[in-house]
Amino acid sequence: MQTLANVRQDFPILDRTVRNGKPLTYLDSAATAQRPTRVLDAVAEFERAHNGAVGRGAHMLAEEATEAFESARESVARLVGAREAREIVWTENATAAINLVASGIGNASQGIGGEASAGFRIGPGDSIVVTQAEHHANFVPWQQLAARTGATLRWIELDGDGRLILDQVNSVVDTSTKVIAFTHASNVTGIITDVAPIVARAREVGAFTFLDACQSVPHIPVDFASLGVDFAAFSGHKMLGPTGIGALWGRGELLDALPPSVFGGGAVRTVTLEETTWHPAPTRFEAGTQPVAQAVGMGVAAEYLMDIGMEAVAAHERRIGHILREGAAALPGVRLLGPVGDVNRQDVLGLAAVVVEGVHAHDVGQVLDDAGVAVRVGHHCAQPLHRHFGVASSARASSHIYTTEEDAHLFVDVLGTVRDFFGVGA
Amino acid sequence: MSDLEQMYQQVILDHARARHGAGLIELDGPAVGESHQINTTCGDEITLRVALDGDSISAIRWEGQGCSISQASASVLAELLEDADLRTADQTIEAFKALMHNKGVALDDERDDLLDDATAFVGVGKYPARIKCALLSWVALRDAIARATVGTEGA
Repeated sequence: MQTLANVRQDFPILDRTVRNGKPLTYLDSAATAQRPTRVLDAVAEFERAHNGAVGRGAHMLAEEATEAFESARESVARLVGAREAREIVWTENATAAINLVASGIGNASQGIGGEASAGFRIGPGDSIVVTQAEHHANFVPWQQLAARTGATLRWIELDGDGRLILDQVNSVVDTSTKVIAFTHASNVTGIITDVAPIVARAREVGAFTFLDACQSVPHIPVDFASLGVDFAAFSGHKMLGPTGIGALWGRGELLDALPPSVFGGGAVRTVTLEETTWHPAPTRFEAGTQPVAQAVGMGVAAEYLMDIGMEAVAAHERRIGHILREGAAALPGVRLLGPVGDVNRQDVLGLAAVVVEGVHAHDVGQVLDDAGVAVRVGHHCAQPLHRHFGVASSARASSHIYTTEEDAHLFVDVLGTVRDFFGVGA
Repeated sequence: MSDLEQMYQQVILDHARARHGAGLIELDGPAVGESHQINTTCGDEITLRVALDGDSISAIRWEGQGCSISQASASVLAELLEDADLRTADQTIEAFKALMHNKGVALDDERDDLLDDATAFVGVGKYPARIKCALLSWVALRDAIARATVGTEGA
């Protein structure tokens, strides 16, 4: 059984040194997390000993590869509370998963999928609702879907702390709304969304809900079926798995009715010169050869996280987040984006995005990097959210299971030297 | 001197605070060109205007938001190349690009002389993620000169 106490030894990359031989302090897990040996070995072992064509051929390697691919799907399904494994669709990454649904709805709106897909049709007079907190990946596909179909794009605004103004859920969402797309947890403020009122409102008006779960699945217990959403996307590389793999979760009956948007072999039931019919989900969405080793790695990452237990992961990161957030907010001339002070830490991820008065985020990141502290700088693909706070960019420290309290303290200590270095403030 | 101090030499920190050519005013003259450049990795941007007088640059003005490297770089550029002839400006732009891609090592004496204060950016070449910050205004200048020149030819 894996426990948090000895988890660091599972991540060989954390032993390396960076600038001038300084030990690595990795605080960029919200951008991409590091992979444990178990995941690295599983990917290599698949390639070395079991690689074969998934779902095709009758030879032994093909069978083993198919078994590994599908068992990985079951592991990921268990992690996120899917009712059956087929509710997990492999995608290249989370962005592809979001585009899969947005494009599928666009295709349905143009008649693809026929009557079976008619429930997804949208057009002029309809609306799509997003929020101001979205990562561009859960904003641009919906903006483009609106442009493509003639529907109107609306958004729910944020309060001063960066929380959704829930009153607006009732005013912005109305009977014209067909889709509500929102993040489960912000990659900038770390705020975890209260999903229930949004799902309740969606049901009142008959809208589909799409949850961006990129920042929640790797860090807190998530059960999509219980949350009551219709679709959700998350990526492998943020949950200790490989890059090049992500997943879409959807209710089985909805996935079976949504037309695909990538067309090709493997996904089809019958092809005639006149028309094509598709397999049920997930196969209909998995045209072409899939990233099999990466899927296997994502499955092992899910098992690894479940062995530790997502409650334990979340509790650990809350402790780290407390040090990062309270420490940063207490520094003179440092502004924490998001809730400050007496916050209910249950609803904030273990990360801190900060703005240092008079110093650009890139320069902040450079000073941290010089001390071996790896953070993300820039707008973190969330420009509307940064604009809401009246800033162009920020520096973000984010944690995962391998982050230590010492890591978090070092971030705060070095952050405290930044204004001096640039000769800003007292 | 640490890598960090080599990157943020005092001349860079000074230019980042007291910025030459900052403030986008209307420029007079027969050949004026403007360029707007965005660093897509961070969203930083600069708008740079240049006025030409025959074969030389008579004025450079710019406005932008960005890190100390991009701001200081624009300031040094304005100080260095205002009143320069176009041939020198071209050679200086090329030298600065070469410096940025020289992995933190100084260039030859001839190009160092051309670059003057801009040699202070040598340390930036060690950090691939920051090279774009330093180059932003230089890319804008080259584009603005091209636009100003086209403007003259079209007139």
